[in-house]
Amino acid sequence: MTAAISRTHWDSPWLGFAVRRAGRLLVSLWVLITAAFLMIHVIPGDPVRAALGPSASVQLVEARRAALGLNDPLWLQYLNYLGDLLTLDMRSSMVSGLPVAQVIGDRLPATLELAGYAAALAFAVAIPLGAGMAVLTRGGRRRPAELGFTATSAVLAVVPEFLLAVGLIYVFGVRLAWLPVAGRDGFDSYILPVLALMIAPGAVLARIMRVEMLAVFEADHVRTARAKRLPQWLITLRHVLPNALTATVTVGGLLLGALVAGTVLVENVFAWPGLGSTIVQSILAKDYPVVQGVVLVYGLGVLLINLAVDVLLAVLDPRSTIRES
Amino acid sequence: MKRILRTPLGLSAAVLLLAVLVLAVIAPLVWTDQANAVDTAQISRGSTAEHWMGTDNLGRDVFLRVLVATGLSVRLALLATAIGVLAGLVLGAVPVVLGRRAGRVVTAVVNIAVAFPALLLALFFAVVIGPGTTGSLLAIGFATAPGFARLVQTLVAKVAGLDYVAAARVAGAGRIRLLVRHILPNVAEPLVINATMAAGAALLAFAGLSFLGLGVQPPEYDWGRLLGEGLQGIYLRPAAAIAPGVAVVVAGLAFHLFGEALSKGFTRHTAPVKLRRTEAASAVPTDDDAVLVVEDLRVAFPGVTPVRGVSFTVGQGEAVGIVGESGSGKSLTALAVARLIEHPGQVDAQRLTFQGRDLRNGDDRVHRRLLGTSLAMVFQDPMTSLNPAMRIGRQLAEVAEQHQGASRKQAWQRAVDRLRAVRIPDPERRARQYPHEFSGGMRQRAMIGMGLMGKPALIIADEPTTALDVTVQRQVLRLLRTIRAADGAALLLISHDITVVSQVCDRVLVMYAGRVVEDLPADELHTAARHPYTRALLAAVPDMTTDRDLPLAVIPGRPVDAAQVPTGCAYAPRCPLATERCVTAHPPLETDNGRRVACWHADVPVQVGDRGE
Ligand code: SF4
Repeated sequence: MTAAISRTHWDSPWLGFAVRRAGRLLVSLWVLITAAFLMIHVIPGDPVRAALGPSASVQLVEARRAALGLNDPLWLQYLNYLGDLLTLDMRSSMVSGLPVAQVIGDRLPATLELAGYAAALAFAVAIPLGAGMAVLTRGGRRRPAELGFTATSAVLAVVPEFLLAVGLIYVFGVRLAWLPVAGRDGFDSYILPVLALMIAPGAVLARIMRVEMLAVFEADHVRTARAKRLPQWLITLRHVLPNALTATVTVGGLLLGALVAGTVLVENVFAWPGLGSTIVQSILAKDYPVVQGVVLVYGLGVLLINLAVDVLLAVLDPRSTIRES
Repeated sequence: MKRILRTPLGLSAAVLLLAVLVLAVIAPLVWTDQANAVDTAQISRGSTAEHWMGTDNLGRDVFLRVLVATGLSVRLALLATAIGVLAGLVLGAVPVVLGRRAGRVVTAVVNIAVAFPALLLALFFAVVIGPGTTGSLLAIGFATAPGFARLVQTLVAKVAGLDYVAAARVAGAGRIRLLVRHILPNVAEPLVINATMAAGAALLAFAGLSFLGLGVQPPEYDWGRLLGEGLQGIYLRPAAAIAPGVAVVVAGLAFHLFGEALSKGFTRHTAPVKLRRTEAASAVPTDDDAVLVVEDLRVAFPGVTPVRGVSFTVGQGEAVGIVGESGSGKSLTALAVARLIEHPGQVDAQRLTFQGRDLRNGDDRVHRRLLGTSLAMVFQDPMTSLNPAMRIGRQLAEVAEQHQGASRKQAWQRAVDRLRAVRIPDPERRARQYPHEFSGGMRQRAMIGMGLMGKPALIIADEPTTALDVTVQRQVLRLLRTIRAADGAALLLISHDITVVSQVCDRVLVMYAGRVVEDLPADELHTAARHPYTRALLAAVPDMTTDRDLPLAVIPGRPVDAAQVPTGCAYAPRCPLATERCVTAHPPLETDNGRRVACWHADVPVQVGDRGE
């Protein structure tokens, strides 16, 4: 019997799914890497001159150009770039001289922590909240609660994270002086950045979760579950929730991508020592190797999130793998 | 547009948006000089009588600067949106103009770009084009483009499939002409809605880039830059950071809400009204012999009462059919009897007993166990009636777990056994599959098997074969018959198909406009039907003698709208026998020798098959 289970689980639809997804990931990755490589070449003017400033000597600029391989033909530079990436060699910063890989290694954990906690908190709050609101307000019950929830969440959903961050700083940092407003030092310092980052996506998720739950409550198969005379909590947890989660996870994945982008702004508001501060400083300083490297990391992060969402969806909803093929 | 302005949300959003736009035009014209006036005597002040939001590090008035910044902020947002929409239109329309192959490449690129958040794309473009106003303008515009391209592609694909567009293509309209004359006008509406929302998003994105120092460069200023400057001194002069922040949020909301109001205006829905619950009538002694006794059943939804006083009984092992057109209330009657009508629907009855137990009041848990084990339901569409994300076996097994105290394993065994009982081949393997792996007929048999997990005294089947093709229909009906023969269960079969009902059932109830109009033994249908509606239903069935060349007979006229039931006989507008009396007085359901009929002229002979021309 176990053999039968594993066979139905791992035969062709799943393999096809894995191959398709891997293919899509590779193509996207290739586009991303090529875009990052070309970035430095489509910049108007000489990137090295721009980085070193007008006062730098011609010899210094030439030496840098040679060191960066910018005098080679484009195709050779491209091949070298790809080759170096394989060994995680991403050149060095034009400003500090540190290897880009090391800069990323230093800064990535702070960003990952920020994004990870914010995403986890957003899901942890939004899903029970949205589901709870759906249970409370389905079929036109409790109009005032429904209006309050939809209005509040609609406003929260459109306030961008960096403005929320400023508001939070004003209230909890300046007015109440409860929490630190800059840096990454101890538990307290995480609270405001994580809140700033999670509130808007959390509000969107909660709204979607509620709408999805309400739609599933109306579905035929939930009527079947009621016809089986299961208790309401079991119908909600077993028959409504999992089906509502599928759609929520899809949108949640998109939101996670946006959340990763949001870290750039929030890090700058809170002087958070992560990749977001790094990329902005590097763009302003025209430190292109660092910019290239960080862009790659962000892009890769988004691609991995999309992949994770697809896999999760396939597990939650067995039809999604079949439907495509 | 008028409709949008009439809703409170639409009106306030429109007013807010108008205010922002007007301010954007006027403020720079009026206050630019004052806002740039440097006052070294008032550097970095908090709120004073002269400058109620304080001054910045050059002594300039913060409030005026925020007002003036409206102009640049809004202008940039609109420009960026315009760039995004244009680029999106071009990318999205490429498949139509250039043909499929070039279109596919563009689509693929757009699909990859859409996966990245707009802010990351904007950052990327800001690097390539260089920081500054132009750079970020193009950056945000291009970052908006993939989303619009996707939207345009979807819309165009939808519209291009429409008949008249296909006709225009056949007529030889050029691709560009096709796009401009036929397709664009049709996608304009959703495009406008999305562009409005996108303008709000662009405004926020610009504020973000400027805040980071990548957007507007000094001495120019927009809200984002003011915010960035204000944040430096937030401890001393919070207003300098809060004011531009509030401005961004308000303007962003104005665009967003107006877009939302626009889209709501196009798809309006009315909110349901609450009904007050009436007290259930007191308990009536029950008839022990019948499985189901229904007396004066009413089902009401806000504004309509689709079931208006239905009474009938189903005896032990008896098969009763309810026929009627859609909208006659037959399915709601079935759902109400099974206690499956949900809020805001409301069910009232003089009497509603199942297996001698009054279902209108009493312990909910006791009812649940009774109904869960003795009442089986089969619904119309077996595709949607099973949980798509749960294995078939589990869906059956949970009944036994819930009501019969079975362990997980016992329940599973029982489920497999029941699947075998409804003739699902290889039930061990099939039980582990999901509904989408079953054929339609198998799904319906699994539904029936679900009802057999307990020991049903009554099976309520609501159009169980309508969604299936003819051979499968026959199998499912045969299965129902076999089960009844084996278990002695009664059957309440709901169908619009009088032939199916007359083949399967002992007795037939005919419903029209929420009432029973005739009730008679199935074998008398063709000989003794008295109600004109029943006779019309029978006449509409093609049989051996029907001339196949003639068009299929239909009952003339339309079914009654449940919201506007006439005072007299509801069938009168369509009835060939209708007289003055029929229009003014409602005919009561008279019982005569176990048969019931509600018609003033039930005794007027009309040939079965006569369509009343
Ligand atoms: S009561 Fe009159 S209108 Fe109604 S069915 Fe009978 S004859 Fe027709």
